[in-house]
Amino acid sequence: MRDRPVTVAVGVAIVAALMASASAELQAVRDRVYPPRAIDEDSLYIRSGPVLQRLTVAYNALAADVYWIRAIQYYGDGKRALASQAGVPGAPPMSAAPTSEAFALLYPLLDLTTTLDPRFNIAYRFGAVFLAEPYPGGPGRPDLAVALLEKGLRARPDKWEYMEDIGFVHYWYDHDYREAADWFRKASELPGAPWWLRSLAATTLIQGGDRQSSRVMWEAIRQSAEVDWLRQDAERRLLQLQALDQIDALQRAVDDYARRAGTPAPDWLALIRARVLPGTPVDPANTPYLLTGGRVTLAQSSRLWPLPKEPTRLVDRPPS
Amino acid sequence: MKATAWIAINVFRESVRDKVLYNLVFFAILLIGASYLIGQLTAGQDVKIIKDLGLAATSIFGLFIAVFIGIGLVSKEVERRSVYSLLAKPIHRYQLLIGKYCGLVLTLTVNVAVMAAALYAVLAYMSWGVSAEAARIWDAPALDPALLKATFLLLVELTVITAIALFFSTFSTPMLSAALTVGMYLVGHFTNDLRNFADLLDSRAVAGFMRVLSWALPNLAQFDVRADVVHGQPVAFGYMGLASAYAAIYVAMLLMISVLIFSRRDFK
Repeated sequence: MRDRPVTVAVGVAIVAALMASASAELQAVRDRVYPPRAIDEDSLYIRSGPVLQRLTVAYNALAADVYWIRAIQYYGDGKRALASQAGVPGAPPMSAAPTSEAFALLYPLLDLTTTLDPRFNIAYRFGAVFLAEPYPGGPGRPDLAVALLEKGLRARPDKWEYMEDIGFVHYWYDHDYREAADWFRKASELPGAPWWLRSLAATTLIQGGDRQSSRVMWEAIRQSAEVDWLRQDAERRLLQLQALDQIDALQRAVDDYARRAGTPAPDWLALIRARVLPGTPVDPANTPYLLTGGRVTLAQSSRLWPLPKEPTRLVDRPPS
Repeated sequence: MKATAWIAINVFRESVRDKVLYNLVFFAILLIGASYLIGQLTAGQDVKIIKDLGLAATSIFGLFIAVFIGIGLVSKEVERRSVYSLLAKPIHRYQLLIGKYCGLVLTLTVNVAVMAAALYAVLAYMSWGVSAEAARIWDAPALDPALLKATFLLLVELTVITAIALFFSTFSTPMLSAALTVGMYLVGHFTNDLRNFADLLDSRAVAGFMRVLSWALPNLAQFDVRADVVHGQPVAFGYMGLASAYAAIYVAMLLMISVLIFSRRDFK
């Protein structure tokens, strides 16, 4: 008699488990037969930070975390979607023109995050990098990146890191070396700022835009990066600069060969046979360089692609 | 005094019997689950987010307990008619009410203490083996003792909310008491806005009324130092002392009024 309730319970558990798996299977069948429509439109119902601040009452910080996670996912999804459109893994189409829809919600998401939690350090620093990255790696909006960092400075005027980041945005994305040097100098004057910011300001002003000063800047960022992601990004940038040097050297060798042979080298094999090169040259990420029409280029499948636009030197430009 | 203490202990026992402390299991599952998932989603902000989540969950669970048990402290006794047998015993009505209040505060204290311990345990697990270099990104150490300051003020806030719930339950129905307590909780976080709003009004009478209202309503926003603590900002002991003193006076005032209403209530 005592066993009966146990038997009933086991029976109910088995039937419940069967029903649960049947309902899951039915959903899978329905999805296969009637595929769900993809949600192709991102939406942000509330765009006003102060309104959201009121709505989340005492849970502003938690709401900021939710918006931060959303911003990261939105940025990552956008990058992935553009990469898949190009059909080459990790290589988005550089030729594609920026659209107003691409990453349109990135700034509002970051703005909401930082309004809900004005001391959300990483949201300013990462957010600025996301915003400034040129299309298709990001929306290519250095102006919004600077606006976000300036908002951070209003919340925490003692953060030299934000000033350094503003200088970096001006340097790397705007190629405005005077402005960059000015921000590096301002950052160096704040308490706790590292000594190298002062020399970075001077180098930027004198040699702004050349590869050596870029290398100095990325090396400084790599050494001072608090987050792995920033360090890895700086390492990638340093490898890109190395690749630019290698492409210049290879191009000289290819041009010399063309002058001597009277015809451009059709492929790397011609240069290897002529003992100009010991083997097929590879970039610092171990992907072979391409030689097409006498021009040396980085392969789109390389992790370093696309290479940064070569900045023009400050001294080459007319004073503003 | 002894009668009050016994009533308080019984309220605590009853809440344990009612499985109120089951929420601790949900809390633990939430934190452990979140700590596992969040690390992959937050770009190095997992410790900050676990702190935010842990403190917010402590606050929400505490709020639910304070409101939904607080409103039933008196009304349940009346509905079940057990209030007659209670009042027939040699205890005063004020002892019953204060005992009930203290019992719920004891339940909340145990609840909040266990949640704080669970939060520290999860943070210890998350920060285990993290290099000093990687930890530089955190605004405050993972096992920051200052978290206790935020937890303490959160508990102080819950004592005020419990007193509000008890106050409403002495003269209102449970549903209405719950609505009014939640309303007071929301308004309590906007009393500073109410004060600023009064400054913008043209009518001096209305502005004066708003100002009085802003001082009379409980200022609950002052107990929220969670964001400061999570970002490593200092929270002065003087500030905590003043906020706690405010809460003590406000709770005493509410209990006095509740006792007055309850002692005049006719249960026939």
